[in-house]
Amino acid sequence: MKVLCGIGGSDDSFRALDRTVDRAAVANDDLTIAVVDNEDSSVSPDEVVERAEAAVDEAGVAAEVRRVEGDPGSRLVEIAETEGFEEIVLGGGHTSPMGKITIGSIAEFVLLNAKTSVTLVR
Amino acid sequence: MSDRGYPDAVADEFPPPPTAFTDREDREIEIRPYEGDEEVREALVEMYDDFDPADRAQGIPPGGEERIREWLDAILPGDCYNVIAWCGDEAAGHATLVPDGDAYELAIFVHQEYQRAGIGTHLIRGLLGHGQANGVEKVWLTVERWNRAAVSLYKKIGFETSDAESFELEMGLRLRADGEGSAAGSDESDADESDADQVDGDESEVDAGPESDAGDE
Repeated sequence: MKVLCGIGGSDDSFRALDRTVDRAAVANDDLTIAVVDNEDSSVSPDEVVERAEAAVDEAGVAAEVRRVEGDPGSRLVEIAETEGFEEIVLGGGHTSPMGKITIGSIAEFVLLNAKTSVTLVR
Repeated sequence: MSDRGYPDAVADEFPPPPTAFTDREDREIEIRPYEGDEEVREALVEMYDDFDPADRAQGIPPGGEERIREWLDAILPGDCYNVIAWCGDEAAGHATLVPDGDAYELAIFVHQEYQRAGIGTHLIRGLLGHGQANGVEKVWLTVERWNRAAVSLYKKIGFETSDAESFELEMGLRLRADGEGSAAGSDESDADESDADQVDGDESEVDAGPESDAGDE
């Protein structure tokens, strides 16, 4: 499957990265990892790119790691549409001190606007 | 997180538990703080194990006894504030404040058997009174935006919307002025006695645990 995994540096995005790379190794997915801007992330995009490349190397999959600038949600939807991706994978949100799950703003936009299937990784 | 928004005005003073009242089904209900008692914890496990999954909100309460225990381990320790509504020795409802930086996150649940009886209003007021008595300054919560009855209850209590940008509304309440030892009177004490019936009226639909979707019914 042709999969676009969007990550911005939040904890849940790294969880999505690891799970998607592992799956790609087994399922032979055609995987692209898009490193997007995330204002809420304390990790710089360069670091996120490094971590993505390391995860890809470690799993031994032939995935592209791409830096994507601009509004993260709309850029992901646009890339998925113009390049024929079948699925967008994103982090499944963070958990509050109370234990409540909150979905990030990028995931909200993509869920409401994507024509592809969207997977939120928990 | 310290970037959340809170009202400038300090909320009303809320009654610290223990308190007792008769609910709309004529049941004697007592509201008491949780003080680390093992039997009380077991009563909560029982309540949540029997909780209708349809009344879950953003993943809580979790399902299954093991996950319920893990969750309670996270929200019952000494740095959290918990109050429980009791009907005899049965836990009818539970409300909690969990520390988050310089503020506290709030959640409240009323068991299905005890919903729509006015317990939720007493419970949240008791929790906020308990927090006030222990020096809590700021409280926040999230609520599904379509749960209008719950939002309306929180507004009556004094919560103001601080973030309306996402699926869930985020709301904040100031219990005490920053750094001040006592709660000042508020200009907008919506929760005074004359309004109490109205609060209960709205809340009759909310009581599912204001977390839940009862507002849609």
